Amino acid sequence: MDLSELGFDTINLGHGSGGLMTRELLDKIIFKTFSNPFLDQKHDGAILKIENEIAISTDSFVISPIFFKGGNIGELAVNGTVNDVAMCGAIPKYLSLAFIVEEGLKMEEFVEIVNSIKIAADKSGVQIVTGDTKVVERGNGDKIFINTTGFGEVHPKANISTANIRVGDKIILNGLIAQHGMAIMSQREGLEFESTIVSDTTNLNFLTNKLLDKFGNKVHLFRDPTRGGVASVLSEIANDINNGIIIFEDKLPLDKQVAAACEILGLDPLYVANEGVFIAIVDAEVADEVVILMNNDENGKNAICIGEITEAHPDKVVMQSNIGGKRIVTPLIGEQLPRIC
Amino acid sequence: MKYLSEYRNLEATKSYLNLIEKIITKPWNIMEICGGQTHGLVKNGILELLPEKVRMIHGPGCPVCVTPLNLIDKAIELLENDVIVCSFGDMIRVPGSKKSLMEAKARGGDLRILYSPLEAVKIAKNNPNKEVVFFAVGFETTAPANALSVLHAQKEKIKNYSILVSHVLVPPAMEAILDDEFSNINAFLGAGHVCAIMGLQEYYPLAEKYKIPIIITGFEPLDLVQGIYLAVEQLEKGIYNVENQYARVVKEEGNKAALKVIHQVFEIGDREWRGIGEIPLSGYRLKKEFKDFDAELKFGISNIVVPENSDCIAGDILKGIKKPFECSQFGNNCTPFKPLGAPMVSSEGACAAYYHFSNNLISS
Repeated sequence: MDLSELGFDTINLGHGSGGLMTRELLDKIIFKTFSNPFLDQKHDGAILKIENEIAISTDSFVISPIFFKGGNIGELAVNGTVNDVAMCGAIPKYLSLAFIVEEGLKMEEFVEIVNSIKIAADKSGVQIVTGDTKVVERGNGDKIFINTTGFGEVHPKANISTANIRVGDKIILNGLIAQHGMAIMSQREGLEFESTIVSDTTNLNFLTNKLLDKFGNKVHLFRDPTRGGVASVLSEIANDINNGIIIFEDKLPLDKQVAAACEILGLDPLYVANEGVFIAIVDAEVADEVVILMNNDENGKNAICIGEITEAHPDKVVMQSNIGGKRIVTPLIGEQLPRIC
Repeated sequence: MKYLSEYRNLEATKSYLNLIEKIITKPWNIMEICGGQTHGLVKNGILELLPEKVRMIHGPGCPVCVTPLNLIDKAIELLENDVIVCSFGDMIRVPGSKKSLMEAKARGGDLRILYSPLEAVKIAKNNPNKEVVFFAVGFETTAPANALSVLHAQKEKIKNYSILVSHVLVPPAMEAILDDEFSNINAFLGAGHVCAIMGLQEYYPLAEKYKIPIIITGFEPLDLVQGIYLAVEQLEKGIYNVENQYARVVKEEGNKAALKVIHQVFEIGDREWRGIGEIPLSGYRLKKEFKDFDAELKFGISNIVVPENSDCIAGDILKGIKKPFECSQFGNNCTPFKPLGAPMVSSEGACAAYYHFSNNLISS
């Protein structure tokens, strides 16, 4: 796109006025990029037809920095919501897209984000069907916030619920943990460190779909451990099912560089955010096949069984350490704070 | 991770656990000084692997835990007066008398979480119209970097940088604990990283005076278990030496370059410890020639005095006299969500460690 066509090199309050400037921005960037029969109606909302049960999920994205190693806020806004819908055992179809932009955001950055959204949406097979753009005064936002809501059709074989989880079920992770959080940390002001760690943001819907096609109701739960990390999600699950969870430290899939960065910064990778990781809790009899299926998918090369559901210690997640000791894994309380020494 | 994975080895750790079991004949109370060691013990589940006769007591070496309440109020006072306050991460959730630094930030204070005080000097340089204060807490371990930040600011003639000092020293705290009539410590695991800076010299007279073994110990599972073994070995033999388990990091004479910087900028003075009270000659303060970098003098906040919360028994916890579950507030009025005192805040704090890790699971 020729940016000079827009006449502005930054977003200003006028672009959120609802007047002609807004219309220009929508026509030249949004509608042009995302054109599809639903959006092209340029109506206040979209009228959709979904045959089966639907799954809906909404999420707001406020990440800083907005461009990071391995992605940007736009890509994240699509993948995050697509994955949340996928975790419901559904096939994501449609997305809404709402921007809150702080005045002064460079137009080229906005366009780059929009283009990333388009690429990510195409990759995961969803259409942007409705949206909104607001502009706030400088100082009242942090460059750009994005909200997306996803709609999906529940997979006909899916029966995803914590109520289906049984003692003996296996807990499987599809890939390396803590990649996203550490990629972001490495670029935060005052913390910059040299590394090649990149965010793992990606869409997981095709892999979850394949698992449901093959294993149907033997898959008892999908969850993606984004903020709060694997520890927080497992703690929530343990609480919900009135049984315990045991995981093994030596099974946790962790990249060497990420492990080293966590050591240096005093962070526990179990609490660090992920974007391209999910936990599948499955019937023990299919666990090995689930891992094999994942290993053959680009988003599951490092898939591994990290633990299981147990009657012992109900409501609690316990990790057996490398040296054979046990500790309780608690949910994250506030922000994970670096220790002094 | 070279130099880490070897010290997380299952077989090696087990062999030392077996050795402890073999030589121990009676119960011993061993205090690990450093919060990092407490963290290592709980994180790796070592407490439940140790023979019952080994009773680990968590020491005062958690910088967050011993920083007095009034220092937090002073930092908040600065935040509320348009000063950029820079701090290590886990300091920000510790409750002051009315609120924490994190709450003051939410109300508009400019608080920055840093890993290095040198970053704070950079912030001062980039914001010449603002005052920037680094909250210089910690033991001997963080002192060199804090001292260096002052030297950097002086060299670059950065006038808008100062530090709020609350540095504490390990050996005087050990003495205070041993002098307490209720104390029942039989041996210490010395703080490895403190000794990496300071060396071993200060510990010989302590071991001699109190007839107590001091094992300078690292932080990985094998370090901790080996340190405990060496302590038990001395106790069983009835000897009391300073022994260096962490020799791959700690040198007899310490880190000379770091010591030089510390001695250039700081001098030893009396210091208040949260929950314990004032211990004579137990901390660092800025030397007179660096008074321009002393935030307390610069902003006239040295008169802020606040009483400790009387419901919190942090002092007895830090001295190892009481266990967290012996506190009436533990787990009900005082939790990591709403901590009354600092040991419930830091992941190194004994109360938080007990809250998180030490419940029916560990005992069963």
